[in-house]
Amino acid sequence: MQATETLLYNRAGQKIVSPDYLLFEAPRAKHFMTGSEAVKEAVRRASVDASVSYPITPQSEAAHLIGELWAEGYVGVYFRGESEFGVMSEVAGCAMAGARTITTTSGPGTLRAMENFPMWAGTRIPVQLVLMARGINSPLSIQPDNLEVGFLLDTGCMIWYAETAQDLFDMILAGFTVAEQPDVHVPVINVIDGFFVSHTREAIMLPPDDIALPPYNPYKAPMPVIDAEVPPGRFLRDPFVMKSNYISYATHASWQWEVRAAIERSRPYAKHYLRGLIELFGNPEAELVFVACGTASAQAKEAVRLLEDEGIPAKVVKLKTIRPFPIEELRESVKGAKYIFVPEFNVVGWLEREVRRYLYGHSNAEIIGAPRVAGGMTMPAEAIVKEVLKLTGKEVKHVI
Amino acid sequence: MAHIGQSGYSPYPVAVYEGILTPPPGKALIFNEIVDEDIAMREAAKAMLTRQNPTIFPGPQVLYAWNEEAKEKAKLVRKMAEVLGAKIIPMYDYRPKYPKINPSVEINPNHPNLTIWHNKIKACIFVGVHCHYANVALKIIRAETDCFTIAMCSMAGHEDAMITLRDQHAEDMERFIKIAEEVKRELKQY
Repeated sequence: MQATETLLYNRAGQKIVSPDYLLFEAPRAKHFMTGSEAVKEAVRRASVDASVSYPITPQSEAAHLIGELWAEGYVGVYFRGESEFGVMSEVAGCAMAGARTITTTSGPGTLRAMENFPMWAGTRIPVQLVLMARGINSPLSIQPDNLEVGFLLDTGCMIWYAETAQDLFDMILAGFTVAEQPDVHVPVINVIDGFFVSHTREAIMLPPDDIALPPYNPYKAPMPVIDAEVPPGRFLRDPFVMKSNYISYATHASWQWEVRAAIERSRPYAKHYLRGLIELFGNPEAELVFVACGTASAQAKEAVRLLEDEGIPAKVVKLKTIRPFPIEELRESVKGAKYIFVPEFNVVGWLEREVRRYLYGHSNAEIIGAPRVAGGMTMPAEAIVKEVLKLTGKEVKHVI
Repeated sequence: MAHIGQSGYSPYPVAVYEGILTPPPGKALIFNEIVDEDIAMREAAKAMLTRQNPTIFPGPQVLYAWNEEAKEKAKLVRKMAEVLGAKIIPMYDYRPKYPKINPSVEINPNHPNLTIWHNKIKACIFVGVHCHYANVALKIIRAETDCFTIAMCSMAGHEDAMITLRDQHAEDMERFIKIAEEVKRELKQY
């Protein structure tokens, strides 16, 4: 709509480069940092306009580090919200006004803000949330646990899941790029397992910090940017329920399908920028398959190595995206599988439910929702191996 | 896919649930087929020239003088209507209206079927409508009417339209007008 303007530098004086250059072509150097620091480095290179924060473990450090970027001139606006509900409402306002916006939260904060996530999707704003998953039970826990992701599955947001700090860095940059496509334009939630990734250091390859993503162009949004002075920005967001029931029913139905259609349209973009919606590890011919995301896939990879010692071939199908769910990729990758294990960091097994749903009628494999740990417990690779050996009746060499 | 699971309960068809995505850059979509733009433009012109009460629905992006391109596109919409013998009914406002719109002079994305029913429109072109509202409206139109829908989109296109043209700017609209004139001659309507 607006005449294209070629920008060479962003507000921080970084050179604007294409997402493809930043993600795939720019030279990278090795660093050693935590997941929280990886968030900072991704935001530094993302030409972010606004971020709103609220403290909650384990994401507080990442939120704090984004604040440092504001002080350094990399982020346009940064402030602390009144609560997580306030934060998610405020970032929505920033995004509706045309800002590239990111925030972070964890566990109970996610649930406190819950009403906002379908609102984000329904208003078609490409907000990015970095979710550092944490337990949400009572009595209070601050330990890692990804139960909260199960609550987010049907909010209309894209949900991607990072295994490592490296994944997270790349997914934050790819997240803005995919979420801001005019035919997608729904929020993206990038999940990592709190503490396991946010608080541990690992090697991570970063492109130079003097280059950054092109700024967000809100005039390519599928809805008008709110502008109190210029129509039609001020002509659009009346709730239907205030009008007639006829309008309410018809439009709400079509509107909700449109939000979900937008997630489906993200598939080709996500495939490109994430180099596929899944990652395979291990013996491609294996009849024993682990389907997992995040830290559970890291541990499953270790289990594959241990099983190799036992003479049992196995492989891991790591899911990079949960919404959209990599349906065809999963079906293809478990062809020939006899046993599918779904290791998870929660008590309910939301990923097992997803796997069963999409493999129903497409696989004869036995699907086993194990091991499942929760409440902050770790998942040693040996615990995964033990589940497999229980099934095969084989003697355990690697004793826990 | 459309008849399995949740989408099977929707009164509105959703093209992506039938495996149809927006066309790749440089291409267009006729129903579920990816085709060259010129082919889609010819079919769009033919639909508008042969079906009853063809109508163009211009949206805010061509109705308001945001910039020079918007002004130029507005003039081209008028020219397009002349060549196609089509009416122009604007979608100037996305707000739902109580109790309902005046369907003889306006169309609203929240109940576009009212305008199509009232005017017995059998072919239409969406142009300059923000993508989300076009998609909401196109799903309703597909379910509630027998109108042949064409989307001329400046972004990535609309898979819920029966013909969708993407990345359409002033020069593309001029090309469409030329193609429409050719088709009109072939149909001996001049």
